[in-house]
Amino acid sequence: MRALLFYIGCIIVGGLFFAFAQWLGNDYLFFAGYTVLQFVVLATAWNILGGYCGYVNFGSAAFFALGAYSSVALHKLGANVDRYFPDWLSGLAHTIMPLNIPTLIVIGGIVSGLVGLGTGYLTLRLRGAFFAIATLALAVVLQTLIVNWDFVGGSRGAYIIRPAEVPILGNYIQYLFLVMLVLSVVAIAIARIIEQSRLGYGFATIRDDEIAAEACGVPTLRLKLIATTISGALMGMAGAPFPYYIGYLEPSSAFGLAYAVNSIAMPMIGGTTSWVGPLVGALLLGTLQQVATVTISSAVNLLIVGLLLIGFVIVAPRGIVGLVQEFMRERASDQGQPTWRSRLATFANMRPGAR
Amino acid sequence: MTIELLINAIIAGLLLGGFYAAVTVGISISFGILDIVNIAHPAFIILGSYIAYIVNQTLGFDPILTAIVVLPAFYALGAAVYQVYHASFEKRGQDALRGLAFFFGLLFVTEVMLILVFGVDYRYVQASYIEYTLHIGFMDLPFRMVIPCLMSLLMVLLLQLYLSRTFTGRAIMAVSQDQLALRLMAADPTKIKRIAFAISIATASIAGAFLIIIQPVEPSVGREYIGRVFAICVLGGLQSLPGTVIAAMLLGVVESLTATFSGPSWAPAVSFGFLLLTLAFRPAGLLGR
Amino acid sequence: MADALLQVDNLGKRFGGFVALDGINLSVQPGERVGLIGPNGSGKSTLVNCMCGTLQNESGTVRFDGHEMNGLAAHERTHRGMARSFQLPRPFVTLTVAENLRIPLLYTAHTRSGRHLSQQESADRCEELAGLVGLSAKANKLPRDLTQVEMRKLELARAMAADPKLLIADEAMAGLSQSEVTDIVELLIKLNERGITIILIEHIMRAVMSFSQRLVVLVSGKKIADGPPQEVVSHPEVIGAYLGQ
Repeated sequence: MRALLFYIGCIIVGGLFFAFAQWLGNDYLFFAGYTVLQFVVLATAWNILGGYCGYVNFGSAAFFALGAYSSVALHKLGANVDRYFPDWLSGLAHTIMPLNIPTLIVIGGIVSGLVGLGTGYLTLRLRGAFFAIATLALAVVLQTLIVNWDFVGGSRGAYIIRPAEVPILGNYIQYLFLVMLVLSVVAIAIARIIEQSRLGYGFATIRDDEIAAEACGVPTLRLKLIATTISGALMGMAGAPFPYYIGYLEPSSAFGLAYAVNSIAMPMIGGTTSWVGPLVGALLLGTLQQVATVTISSAVNLLIVGLLLIGFVIVAPRGIVGLVQEFMRERASDQGQPTWRSRLATFANMRPGAR
Repeated sequence: MTIELLINAIIAGLLLGGFYAAVTVGISISFGILDIVNIAHPAFIILGSYIAYIVNQTLGFDPILTAIVVLPAFYALGAAVYQVYHASFEKRGQDALRGLAFFFGLLFVTEVMLILVFGVDYRYVQASYIEYTLHIGFMDLPFRMVIPCLMSLLMVLLLQLYLSRTFTGRAIMAVSQDQLALRLMAADPTKIKRIAFAISIATASIAGAFLIIIQPVEPSVGREYIGRVFAICVLGGLQSLPGTVIAAMLLGVVESLTATFSGPSWAPAVSFGFLLLTLAFRPAGLLGR
Repeated sequence: MADALLQVDNLGKRFGGFVALDGINLSVQPGERVGLIGPNGSGKSTLVNCMCGTLQNESGTVRFDGHEMNGLAAHERTHRGMARSFQLPRPFVTLTVAENLRIPLLYTAHTRSGRHLSQQESADRCEELAGLVGLSAKANKLPRDLTQVEMRKLELARAMAADPKLLIADEAMAGLSQSEVTDIVELLIKLNERGITIILIEHIMRAVMSFSQRLVVLVSGKKIADGPPQEVVSHPEVIGAYLGQ
């Protein structure tokens, strides 16, 4: 019942925003909104491994860029079918290519998921700190590989031309926004399902005490690999439509530091214990950055994010959600009857009715 | 591929490796000994480079001298950062996730602030020896690399002596192994760790001066060094300073050969690739326990 | 003679140059109640860690229930029926007491009974376990709200939740009052009557003597005695190395 309400709520909110933006008649809201929703997906994805399991991933940009560059590679293949496919395949290729966005998203997810699995397999047996450093390394190695791969443009970058026909809405940016909206809901739904399942409990034990978890029978390595794969896959899915959004993709923008910082800052500032935190963090910080980029400069807005991250990590380690929960709990009724405040506090909790 | 080219590439690699040892020794202390994952270390190095740059620009002082003069300030900075880290994370026992995020934030904020103040142009310093190259037969020994290399090795040697011969130094080595025994010796573990961390940041100041002598610097250069630093540290066996030097030389030579024969655009991948391979297959390091 | 449930042969473990365990041989029959004693630092916890897979032993073998354990991860050994409590309690700090107890139910109990427990079954089992150790009132509290003693009880209850064939209780009674110690010993004996083999590691001699059918003594990484409790405690070497202190 709760789940149904949740999804209906998402649809209503999304629909309202959509209608509002369309009524404004200005495409800018869709451009900005796409970026913010992209961060919702990235933050939620990061949190599955970082918040739930306690393993920090500094290489979010790598997974995001993998998704983006899969799309670029497939786009190039599709635009020059006859050059790249042998004759007996080209008939089939012509009918499939160019691939539409949802397919590209799935493929981007698979590619990133596999890389996540591979990285995890190599490094998750070690301590969390080593894993974190390895993810940093991964981002640089991947960026170097892409820079040297001329097929996708190398350091010169690649132009992506949007298809002439736009499915459903007729306006391309609105279509991309809608796609990202659906992806955000999917990401949050996945996070929520994990939280409330056996897997979520397993993740929590890994975060709390891996050795004790093993002693209780939790297959920690397997669960960590699952988390890394899901997290990487979602990030890749967020990246897949990006070339079409931006039109011209070059490595420094795909692997931009802003992705690494934001995908860490947003969940940590929002709160890492549940799906609510990354959502809150992404919406708040994302909007803030959109405003700041326009009014001040993009360097300053990154500075603000960095300072907020440091500040929150020191002062409010449980994030905004944690602060709100403290506030709510203090005001909850003494007789132990649930009030609207304590209900709200439990709502944002990892397991309903837990505390 | 001529033999002269090969030998010069190896020499350049060894010289570079000596410098890399200076860059890494701070991490050997903070990560190897204190178990603090200070990924912001390269940011302090770059900070050191920029300070050397400003002084060199305005007053014309030699960068290495500048770094030595500024050493106390970096030491104090390191002590301050450790205090914040300790009070916020170590004491509460939550170091893993939040400590990493903290240092990552520091790295990031430092880089962005440098961009805001200095912009993204490359900066470099002037000194009498930078242009000079010693030629022995077909071997080229550019002084802008020889001086930092020699001074780096000197610095590492001094640190090794300090850690093995002085009371505080040995207390630092001990703090990673047995805090209780340390307390019984009437040394306060927190204070010892603070000193160690401050020393590691102080080395960054000197490494920064070396860096800007060797190559022009801009704010994002620090990030390239994260991989190198941790690759060398892990490969060298975390706590061992001699191991660090060997690993640094090895990495320097491999990078140099890659840059010479495959092209410089592949160079960043070398150190990070090294790191991934080391972590995957030999996390205890070359001279591993 | 029936096959031993747990067979440890020539187990060796070093930390760098320090030899923590030196050629340990131990055989535990199904249904036995074994006490393991020895001075601090003698290697008791290291032995447990090696048997349960938290640490990997360098030499020797561990066989449990007829299967070779070397190389198996800790969680796999727990799935086979070995459960242990930790000497220094390691609760899951962001989960409540009840949730702590649920983890083994979610991740191990199904391997032992052949199917996953239903929601109702696991809720009932959590209540039962909490009740057994006297933590019913605090089932919805976080570990940080528990006393040291209560955390030890949680440790023990969590090990029991894994429905083990062999339960290793590592100093579960430190700090408990006289009556609490008696209660826990009675609880362990009751579990044993239900068929669970138990290895009890303790310093409280009263508990060890009243519980154990057999006593094993570890000193400086070597086993120096292994036999009926009355014999072992009058063994001169045991008195010299441990009891006399």
